[in-house]
Amino acid sequence: MSGARSEKPMTTKPRIKLPENAKAGDVIEIKTLITHVMETGQRRGADGVTVPRDIIHAFVASFDGQEFFKASLHPGTAANPYLAFHFKIPGPGEFAFTWTDDAGTTVAEKMKLNVVA
Amino acid sequence: MRTLRSIQVIARRDVLVGAASGAAILGLFGIGGASAQGNAPNGFVVALAKILGDAKPVENRIKFEVPDTAESGNTVPYSVLVDSPMTAADHVKAVHILAAGNPLPGVASFQFTPASGKAQVSSRMRLARSQAVVAVAELSTGQFLIGRRMVKVTIGGCGG
Repeated sequence: MSGARSEKPMTTKPRIKLPENAKAGDVIEIKTLITHVMETGQRRGADGVTVPRDIIHAFVASFDGQEFFKASLHPGTAANPYLAFHFKIPGPGEFAFTWTDDAGTTVAEKMKLNVVA
Repeated sequence: MRTLRSIQVIARRDVLVGAASGAAILGLFGIGGASAQGNAPNGFVVALAKILGDAKPVENRIKFEVPDTAESGNTVPYSVLVDSPMTAADHVKAVHILAAGNPLPGVASFQFTPASGKAQVSSRMRLARSQAVVAVAELSTGQFLIGRRMVKVTIGGCGG
């Protein structure tokens, strides 16, 4: 376990998968994956001292500035949180995804959606 | 000596938590008596009560997929799909995931909007040991739906 612990969480770029193209009215699946230790605050390190909690507790997905899906993550969510959720395409636009951890670090990614007629 | 004592403490806590959460789940679905245990309510019971309030959840229209057996509790995939038209008048507002046998029962809470189009979410949870996991959907109509699964965990997660 301790070998897999990242000393610098949230430094890697999250992976986001959108369909290559979608039509207005389609419901698409969006898959996201980010690297994070998701330390529960329950575990004791080799020195016997409890390792303080450090998890990504909030995720927000929006499209053209409007939030459509949010997640509150708790210590029961596995390390390197994977989230797959859905969105009904109103037309062309841009997605924004934000992850926030207990240390206050925020990772924000933007991604344009190709919409075919 | 110290090691032995801590094992005994953990084992005793596990038994208490297991008994109380089992009773709560049974009670929830109207099988057997819920209280009569005499134990203080554990984290799972408190968390579930906080979500539900006075509402009586219905075991319907919710598909909660979790493997029956997980080799490692460190990462257990799950998926929740709620049958809903996802219109402004009738949609799923939130889905809450709880693990009854974890030291901390909270896994995740998801908030949906009609723009989601479909009330489905997939993620991965940690499970400390074999236990019941529960998904609760909160509808815009005020109704609650519930789904539960038993997961057998070969090697517990939550790192020790």
